[in-house]
Amino acid sequence: MSTTPPAIGFSGVGQVFRTASGALEALRGVDMTIGRHEFVAVLGPSGCGKSTLLRLTSGLIRPTSGTVSVFGLPVAEPRDDIGIVFQKPTLLPWANVEDNVVFPVRHKTGRGTAEDRANARVIIEKVGLAGFEARLPAELSGGMQQRVGIARALFMNPDILLMDEPFSALDALTREEMGFELLRIWEAQPKTVMFITHSISEAVLLADRVLVMSERPGHIVENLVIDLPRPRGIETSNQKAMHDYVGHLRGLLLKRAA
Amino acid sequence: MTMSDTSAVSSSSAPPEAAMPGRSWSQWFVRTPGLLPAATFVAIVLVWEASCRLFEIPSFVLPAPSRILGGFDAVSTSRWFEHVWATLRVALIGYFLSIAISLPIAIILARSEILSRAVYPILVVVQSTPVVAIAPIIIVALGSGDTPRIVITCLITFFPLVVSTTTGLMATPPELIELSRSLRAPVIREITQIRLPFAIPYIFSALKISVTLAVIGAVVAEFVAADKGLGYFIQFSTSMFQVQQAWAGLIVLVLLSLVLFQIVAAVQRIWFPWSLPTERE
Ligand SMILES: Nc1ncnc2c1ncn2[C@@H]1O[C@H](COP(=O)(O)OP(=O)(O)OP(=O)(O)O)[C@@H](O)[C@H]1O
Ligand SMILES: [Mg+2]
Repeated sequence: MSTTPPAIGFSGVGQVFRTASGALEALRGVDMTIGRHEFVAVLGPSGCGKSTLLRLTSGLIRPTSGTVSVFGLPVAEPRDDIGIVFQKPTLLPWANVEDNVVFPVRHKTGRGTAEDRANARVIIEKVGLAGFEARLPAELSGGMQQRVGIARALFMNPDILLMDEPFSALDALTREEMGFELLRIWEAQPKTVMFITHSISEAVLLADRVLVMSERPGHIVENLVIDLPRPRGIETSNQKAMHDYVGHLRGLLLKRAA
Repeated sequence: MTMSDTSAVSSSSAPPEAAMPGRSWSQWFVRTPGLLPAATFVAIVLVWEASCRLFEIPSFVLPAPSRILGGFDAVSTSRWFEHVWATLRVALIGYFLSIAISLPIAIILARSEILSRAVYPILVVVQSTPVVAIAPIIIVALGSGDTPRIVITCLITFFPLVVSTTTGLMATPPELIELSRSLRAPVIREITQIRLPFAIPYIFSALKISVTLAVIGAVVAEFVAADKGLGYFIQFSTSMFQVQQAWAGLIVLVLLSLVLFQIVAAVQRIWFPWSLPTERE
């Protein structure tokens, strides 16, 4: 047993929510693994349980059945080595960019050191916001705000980055640009990424592997390895192989929706 | 825009303002902030003065502004300050006490659904009781002095503060609460670093309402029992048929409320500018 455990492992995971109108089965029999430093995109119809998958991984909720494990250990509570990026940047409107990025450590320990601030500035530069440290979120565009959101998630230097439709609120051009920038950051400092999206082309363009979920109760119905060369860029979008992958996934999602 | 275009055609050398003096003057008048309401105010006062003289309205019905001005002289300046201070002191102590009580209660209500279901109906009952009606009861119960007046002021300012703060504490983006929980941060910091700051806009809208309510509370208390204060002064003046004096007291009261309101608004502007709605053209 010398094989290293996967970064993220789901085995027979089911999730039932108790709601006012009765039980709601969000996930049923989810089996999947995500390897260390792998970039995996998750596609699926609305309400199929993608966010639930992410929240299970983060330890914010516990599965009703089956086990979720991170680095081989069952997830019992939120871990320090996981960073989350939400669909909306949800920054603190009263805090400037630097304070927003340092926020996790201030929130967790009650204080931020000079070293933390120095680290924050390095990350702010990495996400392309050098010179904006003292700006308030309201002074930034949507794309820049989401960069702050990513910087905040990267600040604790997590091994795993969970991203829930992080670019869906952005315009198409900014969205593509941000995707490539995320890849650049990921290639410079490899991390395990679970990337939830509604965009098929975004999933193919960014990920090593694409998981497709069924409608509710959600489970994995396709596991597609994206064998496109890295580093990826605008040229990648023009390759025939990319179109084949996108075509295959679109056909799958449309057939399931029909 | 069209104005300056046509004037540019008629006299190409002259600036548009010079070409259309009447129109641009009225535009300046309308656009200068504060000028329009000030002019309206002056007009009302003039019509008021003229009507009182023209129709010889008895001053106990409606004293003319000039007579009200005389009402200010009926009392010495130091006596005015005594009255203002008596009202202000009760209003402010009651106000700050109310803040000190309502914030912790709001935090508890926001945290516990059971407690909020237990306490909320009681708060609504307290709020539905007219303060004017309980004021005499409170004064009998608590005797003379500032205490009953402060209690009355608290009662009237308390409800908007609790309700607004609770709403604000619950209006925090759920993602930030998830972030807090994913960091396993202590609950106290979830409140101090996320929930309370997010509630600031809600808290301030309540603070602005409550500061004027605090003045009302102090005045109501003085109506019931007092030997000082603007409420007392108004009541005393009317009982002596010195209506112009009562009006003068009323004006001071209105000014006091306005100033307090503006102070609260300024505190928000200076220390919490991010909590104001962003003005965009
Ligand atoms: N805490 C909860 N309590 C009750 N029901 C929930 C809860 N969280 C999610 N659900 C339900 O579970 C189902 C899956 O939700 P989830 O948010 O995971 O879907 P999703 O795939 O992320 O959807 P979308 O694409 O719209 O973001 C939905 O029907 C949702 O209403
Ligand atoms: Mg979702």
